[in-house]
Amino acid sequence: MKKQAIAAFNALAVFGALLILWQIVIWIFHVQPYMLPPPGAVARAVGARFPSLLTSLAITAIESAGGLAASVVFGTLIALVFAQSRWVRKMFYPYTLLLQTVPIIAIAPLILMWVGAGTPAVTLIAFIISLAPIIANTTQGLISVDENLVHLFLMHNASRGQLLFKLRLPHAVPSLFVGIRIASGIAVIGAITGELYAGSSSVGQGGLGYSILYASSQLQTDYLFALVFAATVLGFSFFFLVMFFEWYFLHRWHESARAQEME
Amino acid sequence: MNMEAVVPEIEISGLTKRYGNGRTILDALSLTVPKAEFVSILGPSGCGKSTILKLISGLTAPTSGAIRVEGMTPLNARETISYIFQDATLLPWRTVKNNIALGLELEGASTERREKKVAALLDLVGLGHVAHAYPRELSGGMKMRVSIARALATSPRLLLLDEPFAALDEMSRDRLNEEILHLREEQNWTAVFVTHSVSEAVFLSDRIIVLAPNPGRIHAVFPVFLPAPRKAALRTSPEFDELVAKVSHALRETTAA
Repeated sequence: MKKQAIAAFNALAVFGALLILWQIVIWIFHVQPYMLPPPGAVARAVGARFPSLLTSLAITAIESAGGLAASVVFGTLIALVFAQSRWVRKMFYPYTLLLQTVPIIAIAPLILMWVGAGTPAVTLIAFIISLAPIIANTTQGLISVDENLVHLFLMHNASRGQLLFKLRLPHAVPSLFVGIRIASGIAVIGAITGELYAGSSSVGQGGLGYSILYASSQLQTDYLFALVFAATVLGFSFFFLVMFFEWYFLHRWHESARAQEME
Repeated sequence: MNMEAVVPEIEISGLTKRYGNGRTILDALSLTVPKAEFVSILGPSGCGKSTILKLISGLTAPTSGAIRVEGMTPLNARETISYIFQDATLLPWRTVKNNIALGLELEGASTERREKKVAALLDLVGLGHVAHAYPRELSGGMKMRVSIARALATSPRLLLLDEPFAALDEMSRDRLNEEILHLREEQNWTAVFVTHSVSEAVFLSDRIIVLAPNPGRIHAVFPVFLPAPRKAALRTSPEFDELVAKVSHALRETTAA
C-alpha cells in the first residue's frame, strides 16, 4: 500500500514537472497562445466550458463502451466457433487479420454512408477496430488447454458442451482479459477517430473527436487542449476499469493477477 | 459360477501400436491383470509405458490386437476407470472441493451425492482444512492428493497411474506411496502403475513388469511376495533390498544391448 502511494506520488510529480516545463517553454520562446496556450489557460477553458466538455466526454465514453462491449460479446462468440475446428480457424482467421489491418479512416466514409452520421456509426467503428484482439486472444486461450486436462474430461465421458464451458472457456478467461485490455485502448481511439469523420447528426453537440475538430477550426486552442486532456483521461479510465475487472475475476486463482498484486 | 470371479480386470492380447511415422511403440504385447492386483510397469524412456495406459483407457486406439477391461472395450469401460496423470492436472479456477467433485459433476451425480462423497474424500486424504483453497495455494504433494481424491470420487474399479509422484520430493513421495497402499486396502481397486522408480514399484506392487524398448515388449516379470500390510519400515528390510537389486539389474539389461 505504501509502495503504491509512493508510485502514485512519483507519477504526479512527473506530471507537475511537465506542466512547469510547458510554462517555461512559453515564457522563453514567447509562443503565441493560439499555437500553444499556457497550462493556466487550458485549466480556465476546462472550468469555463465544463458542461459541454463533460457532454462530449460522455458521448465518446458511451460510444467506446458500446463498441467494446459488442466486441467482447461477438469476439467471444466468434472465438467459440473458431475453437471448434482447425478447418474453421484456417478458413476464417485471415479475415480477422483483415479487421486489424484495414485503415479505419478509409472505411469510415462507407460506414457513414451505410448507417448515417452520429453515435451508431461511431459505435460501429469502435466495434470494428477493437474486435480483432478479442478474437485472437480468446481463441488462443480456448485452444491452448493442456492435453491431459482434455483427456481427464474424456475419461469422464464429458460432452462437447461440458468440454467447452467447464474447461476451455474458463481456461480462456485470462486471455480474454488480455484481449479486452488491448481492445479498450483502441476502442477509445477508434471512437475519437470515427467522430472526426462521422461526428454528429446535429451541429454543436458531439463527442470529443467532433469537438476537437470544431475547436481547431475556431482556433480555440486552449479548449482543444482541454479536449485532448479529456480524451486521455477517458483512455486511462477504460484501462484501469478493465484492470479492476481482471483483478476481480482472476485474483483468487490466476498467477498473473497475483503477480500484479505483489508488485 | 460367479462370472465376476473369472473375468479378469484387464486382458490384453497381441497388442501392437505403431505411429504414423512407422515407429513401433509396442510389439505384440500380451498381459492379463486379475481383479484387485497392483501391477507396476517399469522401463527406460521410449518403451511405451505410458502408451499402455493410454490404450487401456481408450485415449488412443491400438494398431492391432485386443484390449478388454472387465470384458468390455476400453471406451465402454470408462466409467469403471480413473486416470491419474503425472501432473496433478487440477483446474486452477476451482477450489479443492470443486476439483474433487469434477468427475461426479461431469457424470451428472446429484448435488447431495457429490457433497457427501467429496466430504468423505477430503477426510480420507486429509485435506479438510484446505477444502476451499485454490490449487495455486497448495504444495506439490497436496495437489497430488487432490488429484488422487478426484480419481477416487467416481468409485473406480481400475486405477491407471502415469508416474504420478515423479515430480515430488522423496519425502512426499514415500508418504503418498504409503497412503496409496492404505487406500487400496480399504477400497480394493485394481491398479496399473507406471513409474521410473524401482523402489516405489517394489513397495507398492503385487507384480512388476519390466519393459524393453524399441519396440516395447515385456523383458521380465517379478512377482512381489512382501507381506501386507506394508509399512515404511519395509523399505529398510533385506527382502526389499534384494528385490530392488534384482529388478534394477533387469532394468539395466534392457538398455545394455
